[in-house]
Amino acid sequence: MTAGKSLLDIRGVETYYGNIRALNGVDVTVNEGEIVALIGANGAGKSTLMMTIFGTPRARRGTITFGGTDITDLPTHEIARLRIAQSPEGRRIFPRMTVMENLQMGASLDNLKFFDEDVEKVFALFPRLKERIAQRGGTLSGGEQQMLSIGRALMARPKLLLLDEPSLGLAPLIVKQIFDAIRELNRTQGLTVFLVEQNAFGALKLATRGYVMVNGVVTMSGTGKDLLADPEVRAAYLEGGRH
Amino acid sequence: MANIAQATREESATPFQRGIKEALYAGAISFGLFFLFIGLRTDQNIRNELILVPRWGLLASVVALVMAGRFLYVAYGQPFMAKQKIVDVASGLLPDSVATRFFRLPYFIAALVAVVLLFVLAGSLDSIFGPVLAGYLRFFRALAIIYALASVMFYFRAFIQAHFSALGIGVLVAYPIVVVVALTLISGSMAGGFQGSLKWVDNFGIQILIYVMLAWGLNIVVGLAGLLDLGYVAFYAVGAYAYALLATQLGWSFWILLPVAGIMAAFWGVMLGFPVLRLRGDYLAIVTLAFGEIIRLVLINWREVTNGAAGISGIPKVSFFGLMSFNVSDPNYIAKVLGIAQSGAYYKIFLYYLILGLALLTAFVTIRLRRMPVGRAWEALREDEIACRSLGINTTTTKLTAFATGAMFGGFAGSFFAARQGFVSPESFVFLESAIILAIVVLGGMGSLVGIAVAAAVMIGGTEILREMEFLKAVFGQDFTPELYRMLLFGMAMVIVMLWKPRGFVGSREPTAFLHERKAVSGAFTKEGHG
Repeated sequence: MTAGKSLLDIRGVETYYGNIRALNGVDVTVNEGEIVALIGANGAGKSTLMMTIFGTPRARRGTITFGGTDITDLPTHEIARLRIAQSPEGRRIFPRMTVMENLQMGASLDNLKFFDEDVEKVFALFPRLKERIAQRGGTLSGGEQQMLSIGRALMARPKLLLLDEPSLGLAPLIVKQIFDAIRELNRTQGLTVFLVEQNAFGALKLATRGYVMVNGVVTMSGTGKDLLADPEVRAAYLEGGRH
Repeated sequence: MANIAQATREESATPFQRGIKEALYAGAISFGLFFLFIGLRTDQNIRNELILVPRWGLLASVVALVMAGRFLYVAYGQPFMAKQKIVDVASGLLPDSVATRFFRLPYFIAALVAVVLLFVLAGSLDSIFGPVLAGYLRFFRALAIIYALASVMFYFRAFIQAHFSALGIGVLVAYPIVVVVALTLISGSMAGGFQGSLKWVDNFGIQILIYVMLAWGLNIVVGLAGLLDLGYVAFYAVGAYAYALLATQLGWSFWILLPVAGIMAAFWGVMLGFPVLRLRGDYLAIVTLAFGEIIRLVLINWREVTNGAAGISGIPKVSFFGLMSFNVSDPNYIAKVLGIAQSGAYYKIFLYYLILGLALLTAFVTIRLRRMPVGRAWEALREDEIACRSLGINTTTTKLTAFATGAMFGGFAGSFFAARQGFVSPESFVFLESAIILAIVVLGGMGSLVGIAVAAAVMIGGTEILREMEFLKAVFGQDFTPELYRMLLFGMAMVIVMLWKPRGFVGSREPTAFLHERKAVSGAFTKEGHG
């Protein structure tokens, strides 16, 4: 794996909800062309880190830089304009709008020049969405909604794609489809992906590198293969039993 | 176990038995509810003391009415509706729908004959049947006309449904002409036709269209952007006072002040928008409610400018684009220019087309905006604000444009209102107005222009029609005033619509983006519980 130069740099980030510290000095780097997975138990702060990158909630300490720009204090919509796209936790598609309109919302930064081309790309990746094109987002199945959420993020032509638990609540077969799609995007288009997952096995198999997060701190990092082989990771996240 | 036993007994009861049981329950509940409302009335006696007047007879009849209604519904209505859904074994078809059984050719012909007969005899009804029976017959005539019209609409229902918008606009454009022609034919003179059209064009046409326009304006804020605004009447007031003050003080024409009023209302929309940017749902509703009251209280108390509760009178009329005027004393009075008889109806008809134009402008802008990025962003904002932001949409400007656009149309409507009335006072801009406009938007189906127009016609037209129900005096006695019941009917209509069509008259949402061909989203998708 050729590690490009660093795209997203998270240094010593601390995030609070009121007085409760959710992130306790997190350091994560995502290099260009990588798939990076962040795994951890419930409440470890994975999703908080995702949201902190987007500025809601804001990091109280530390810096987040994206492609050399400090984005720690930028408003959320301006961070998105630097072409970081997110498929957020719980998918957050627009339920009363059609699949097509959802995709169009994803492309709202562009002047629709690439729209047709990008829509076709998304449909090639997720043919199911094309069948559902005029259907309301809220009437899609969970897996289709996840596909739509990722598709919508891709419509923004992102340099970095953030995925928060894309496998949440989905059948194993659909999870495989979605992970395959992510791998495909990374391989053919060189898309950089930062992925938060509870499904540690799938995520680490997919990822170039991985981080393990416990109680708001990164405790371990390494290549996906190394982490998969690590006895502590196996015990905590793969084989169950110990916390 | 006890539950199961209960269930089997429930099923074995005939509808008749269940009807009696439920009627008793309903009677007990309505007795409890109406005991104080209807059973007792406070009054003053001759020495100005407060006394209680019992009205047991009235209470008994109301409770009996409720019981009878519940009994009929449970014993006959429910089994009938259940039967409608059962397929006939022999033919494999559902039974004829109620509507096809209700609208039949023989009935239609009978209704037509009755209408014609009663119109021919119109002059001599009182002398033949006596005043009471004549009142009923006039009521019957009105019902027969409605039935005949409904039959025609039912017969052409597919065509009407397919071309609803175009037909609707056509009917609205033709409406004053049809009224004038019909009344000319009835009264036998042109002047009589114009004079008689005043009520129909002004009370029904203009009044309904003002509310259509206000509701379409509010629809941008509530229906599209999902920002619950309970103080919309404030922008209506700003528009009305902007025109009233500038026209009386500076003498500017309506055509200059219309955009000015719109801009001022939009400015106040932004002023309201800034402090409430972070609020949503209930909290937003409370602040907007307060904003509406603040504007009204300022209008009452800032006497030097607004003349307080006395209001501003003598607001100039709209001119015919400066070419002709509607003031009888002016040299370019329309009747003098065109060489026709004087009548107040010309101004009303002109106002009708003016408000129709303004309302259609609102609809046109709404339809266009929905297909543009800003309109789509409004709808997305209604669905999920956080997702919007992470897609790079600036939610601040999106909300402010929604407030400003909605307020601008409120301002247009306000300046029209001031020009039409010739008088404005804070009385016209109370919270009830906001509530009515919001009720129309909700009843019509948030976001649906057609549904909202229908809701406005039903709600406002319905309350106006109550004034026409003079014959009810023959039934309920001379001191019966039907207008007093408009809020009751308004409330009842809302409850009924919300029970049967919780998403409003038109609950489906028209999609705005298509890949290659247009595909309508069928109603089945709209019933699911999101949003």
